[in-house]
Amino acid sequence: MGTEHILGLITGVIFGFLLQKGRVLRFEKQVGALLLRDMTIMKFMLSAVMVGMIGVYALHSWGAITLSHKSANIGGLVLGGALFGAGWAIMGFCPGTSLGAIGEGRWHAVFALLGMLVGAAVFAELFPFVKSTVLAMKDFGKLSLPDALGIPPWPVIGAFWVVSIGLLVWFEKKGL
Amino acid sequence: MRLVTSDGGWNPYFAGALVGLLAIASAYATTKWLGKTAYLGASTTFVRAAGLAEKSIAAQRVAENEYFTKEKVRIDWQFMLVTGIFLGALAAAVLDRSFKLEAVPPLWQEYFGPSVAKRAAAALLGGAVAMIGARLADGCTSGNGLSGLMQLSLSGFIALAMFFGVGVATAKLVYRRTA
Repeated sequence: MGTEHILGLITGVIFGFLLQKGRVLRFEKQVGALLLRDMTIMKFMLSAVMVGMIGVYALHSWGAITLSHKSANIGGLVLGGALFGAGWAIMGFCPGTSLGAIGEGRWHAVFALLGMLVGAAVFAELFPFVKSTVLAMKDFGKLSLPDALGIPPWPVIGAFWVVSIGLLVWFEKKGL
Repeated sequence: MRLVTSDGGWNPYFAGALVGLLAIASAYATTKWLGKTAYLGASTTFVRAAGLAEKSIAAQRVAENEYFTKEKVRIDWQFMLVTGIFLGALAAAVLDRSFKLEAVPPLWQEYFGPSVAKRAAAALLGGAVAMIGARLADGCTSGNGLSGLMQLSLSGFIALAMFFGVGVATAKLVYRRTA
């Protein structure tokens, strides 16, 4: 094991520990959010993003890290996002949380894991086809929302905080 | 607001904020020690794991596949991260005694009964569809959701809106009282 592997493993162990303590690994929490009954995973995720974006943009402005945007490929994001959403609702896990769920004893997540491995192999076979069709439609490139809007990042971060806090206060009021 | 929830877990705002700090520390550490900033993600690992498994039965096919070649079938940083998620969750669950062997999720059982085969079939199908979607979108709830939003990536906002929008609509259709 090299530095790369040790670093990945340590980060993953802490990530898995926090996912489990936040109780966001369970099928009930994932499907509960999609049924708009229990917003625990949204609270967890928004908190992580709100804190993370400040550190990421601070470190980026000091030149300590680089940003790594994914391509805003519209065909891929819309069709892929829709397939992911549908599969997520039925499976009740996302890729990362399936491993965590198995860790906390919910062994039925093994079936979700196997399904995802099959999906990955199928996608590898389909790749030449999707590359020339779905992924060839419209690609805005590796772009950030501030770039797209033509404004600096910090006001967008401020707006994200305001909207998120509003949403979270509403969840708490509704007892979600 | 309480720091410990009724089921013995941590307040989701607190645990989530710690994940935010972890993501920052990880971005810094990977840049410093690996020379390239890495963000939390999971779904590419499924491609590499599928490639590794397929290699044992059809090595030639994997070697000639454009997507496997592009994503490089090897055990990398993210592969270890995903492995770590399993170990970290196991440790947390054993330590606070929330570890529980479960054959069918209780909420699933409310709608579809205790059949393991039924649950397995749905999870296999849902998992395959979700992973094809995640690879088309170039990331899942971690890569596009968490890491994408953290970096204010345009792709993250579009992906997460689709994930949740279609996820909510599908859940409404699938989880219906039959009685």
